[in-house]
Parts: sequence; structure tokens; C-alpha cells
Amino acid sequence: MIVGNRKSLEEILELVKPYKKILLLGCRECITVCAAGGEREVGVLASELKIARKKEGGDIEIKEFTLERQCDVEYIDQIKPFIDEYEAVVSMACGAGINYTADCFPKKIVLPAINTTFMGVSTEQGVWSERCQGCGECILHLTGGVCPVARCAKSIFNGPCGGSANGVCEVNKDTDCAWQLIIDRLKGQGKLENYEKIIDIKDWSSARDGGPRTRIREDLRLN
Amino acid sequence: MKTKSNIERLLEAGKFVVTSECGPPRGADAEVIRKKGALLKGVVDAVNVTDNQTSIVRMSSLSACLILKEMGIDPIWQVVCRDRNRIAIQSDILGAAALGINNILCLSGDHQSFGDNPKAKNVYDIDSTQLIGAVKQLRDDGKFLGGDDVKEGRPNLFIGAAENPFGDPFEIRAMRLGKKVRAGCEFIQTQGIYNLEKFAKWMEMVRDLGLHEKCAILAGVIPLKSAGMAKYMKSSVPGMDIPDELIDRLKGVPKEKQGEEGIKICVEQIQRVKEIPGVRGVHVMAIEWEEKVAEIVKAAGLSPRPE
Repeated sequence: MIVGNRKSLEEILELVKPYKKILLLGCRECITVCAAGGEREVGVLASELKIARKKEGGDIEIKEFTLERQCDVEYIDQIKPFIDEYEAVVSMACGAGINYTADCFPKKIVLPAINTTFMGVSTEQGVWSERCQGCGECILHLTGGVCPVARCAKSIFNGPCGGSANGVCEVNKDTDCAWQLIIDRLKGQGKLENYEKIIDIKDWSSARDGGPRTRIREDLRLN
Repeated sequence: MKTKSNIERLLEAGKFVVTSECGPPRGADAEVIRKKGALLKGVVDAVNVTDNQTSIVRMSSLSACLILKEMGIDPIWQVVCRDRNRIAIQSDILGAAALGINNILCLSGDHQSFGDNPKAKNVYDIDSTQLIGAVKQLRDDGKFLGGDDVKEGRPNLFIGAAENPFGDPFEIRAMRLGKKVRAGCEFIQTQGIYNLEKFAKWMEMVRDLGLHEKCAILAGVIPLKSAGMAKYMKSSVPGMDIPDELIDRLKGVPKEKQGEEGIKICVEQIQRVKEIPGVRGVHVMAIEWEEKVAEIVKAAGLSPRPE
């Protein structure tokens, strides 16, 4: 899933400072699952903003609304009938959703309430960790299912670097060394010979470095 | 001999080589390099120039190499993959060779979070093993990474890399060196060695794979200035293995004598690593202590250096 954090109340207050009527727009996809921008979080932020505005001696009208997906043309139209009643939209979707809301309503001010961080997994209740950077050319079959691009601080393909100690990355004691994980995994699978292979220089053109990416399935298109 | 490198020449002649290093200044004063160079000239066979080590911005490694070169020193140009993509690296390799640099040390580089610009974006387009392969390809095949021919002059650099025998997981450390050797690495300078037992074990693994015959292993040593420095390095420098008995030995002498004791320890370490089969040289990293290198090399019985 895509994981994000809500911005601080102070930061969001600053963003909405000029506005008295906002649409607070959540999303029921990943950002709900990672407990950052779903219906519940929309409700919490709305209350916080109203209380804070009142404390400042002002007032704010907030419409709370949560879409099935902010990243999909199929759902975004649901806000069309009432979006113009509001001065600005505060989006609690991931970066994709915020972009898409802004793209669909180009005259509307769309403000981000979420800092989108990574594509990852929930390893336990309340804990998320990064697993993929969407580089466009998966090599997980070479590395025992542990991604060096996403999980090594240096994204090195022939690790570990000299900073790996006791299974931990030199950058952060709470982060596993991806290459220790890779070696342990390969060993456990009796595939340590995979480690002997030098992984070739990566073609980054399939990653973001090649420019913004679009995927088209002609067979699925309606026109 | 593939290159004009002084250490390649000496290694081919079967000599035990001695290298040292010089950290560039945090400013544009060339005199700082010249002063350090003067302390090392004739004392060692080649001098590494670090590339923004610990991710702290310093004078460029290549510029400092040229300053040393002009003094008649054979510099070892350190290159990290953190700050440059393959376009910049290949271009710098050509430039370095054009300036008469003969040695390159291919490194991944310390993560930027350790330095003075922790908010920087890192590059890591290629890693250190891939960089070794890139230099070899440019030099031996005359091909750029993109596939085009190198037109006017191949970069004749003697190819080196670093390896940390004390990094984890220990069991694959020699295997990892094997990958670097297969990629084209011709000499290795190790991380600073304090745990000699572990180093000897690593060398045994290296010999078992026959890597010492394909690649010259230079054992890294770092003289300790004080018990405080030893404790700091043990706790804060990633991949540094300093046995407590060494720290205790330094603590056992008065503070003003600890530097002297540190040099004594360093000399003993050089003498011991020299006896380990497959070790073909030492790399003395006297961090901001270049004035002691001559004394260390002499006390270790490695002076004068061969012509």
C-alpha cells in the first residue's frame, strides 16, 4: 500500500489560513488502511481545525467527505456537484490522490494534508515499513525477495557496504541491513550461489529517472 | 604493466608496498595539500586522496590529487558513488587520466546522513563493484557504459577498492571481495585493522578463494591518538572493530603518552599483518596526523621506500 503521515495541525492551519469554507476530502484506499487520511482521520482533523479556528476568534465551515478513491476518475466526479461551494479543498489522500483532485478541478485550490512517504507493508498493528520504490524493473528473484533499491539506504546492488554491523544499517539502528536480510534469505533457501553473481548496472530509465510514467492497456480502453 | 602506477610497478616487482592518505581541506587553500604532501613524499609509494569522506564537503578529491601529482607524488584518487551518476563518473575518469592520475579507488561512499548535508539527495546510480567494472571496461575494452567506443585515449588507471573484513555478515566478506576481483579490482585497501585475529581469519578465507593471487591486499592501519579516539571509533564509526584490550592498553599510559603508545601499537600491527600470507602492503591512515607517517613507516622497518 501507499503509506503517508498527516501533516501537523500547525502546518495545516497555516495552509487554510485564508479560507473560511473548505472541503476536507479523505480517501478510503491505502491512506485509510495506514490510518492517515480515511473517514475517521477526516473527522478528527475537521474537529481540530474548528477548535483551533475558534480559539483564534474565527470560524471555519468544513464539509467532510471521503471518496472511495481519490486517484480514480470513476469516483472523483462525486464531488463535482458541491466543490464550487468551497474556497479550497484540503485533501487527505496520498500524493497521487491530491494531484488527481487538483488535475480534475484545475481552478480549485487543493491543499495537501498528507506527506506521502512510501510503498510498503504493515508488519504489525500500527507499524508500516517500506518495501518498493516502483523502479519499473523488478529483481527480487535475484535477491531472495528483499529489495535492495527500497531497503538499502544506498540502493546498492552488490552489497553489503562496509557499514553493515550486527544485521543493522549504518544509517539507522532501527533499520535492518537489506544485504544481511538478502544473504540470510539466500542461505536459508540454499541459494547462496546467487550472491556470487555480480548484479549488472541497473537501467534506471524504467524508474522515475526516465520521466513521469504512464501505463496504457489498449484492450481495456473504452475509446 | 597496464598503467603508469607506482604501486602497480612495485607490486609487479614483488615489493611490499606502503600507501597513506591525505584528506583534502574544507577550503580552497592548496597549501594545505602541499604541506601534507611534503610530509608523505618519499615516505610512502602512493597517497590516497579521500572523496568528501564521511559526507562532509571538502576540496574535490581530483583537484587535490593533481596538487599532489605536481609535487611528484603518485596519488590514489578515491571516488564514491554517492555523489555522481554514471555520466559524471565516466567523464571524471577520463579527466583524471588526462591529468596523469594513475590509480583509482572505487567506493560506495559514506551515507550523506553522517555529513554536513544530511538533507542532500544521494545518487548511487551504480555501486562500487559496478564502478570497478566500469573503469575496467573503459580501460581494457575501450567502451563507455553506453556502448560507444572511447575515441581518443583510454584511461589507464590501476583499479583499486576497499573492503571491510570486519563488516557483517563476516562469512561472505571474502566472497564479496571475490565479486570485486571478478569485476576487475587489482588492489584492495582494507578498513583499519585492530582485531588481528579476525583479519587473519578473513585473509585465510581470501586465500582459500585464491583472491590474493589476483588482487594485491593492502592491510589498512590507523594509528590511535588516544584512548578517547579509540572509544569514539569503536562506538561511532560503522564497521570498526577495536578490541577492548587495545583501549585498555592506551588507558594504561598517561594521557600525554597515549599518542606515542598508539604509534607503537600501529607499528606492531604493521609488523604482524606483514607476516600474514597474502598481504602485499600496508595502507597507513594517519587521520590529520600525516606528520607521524614517516616515523611509523620507519619504525616498522619499511624505510627507505624502493625506487
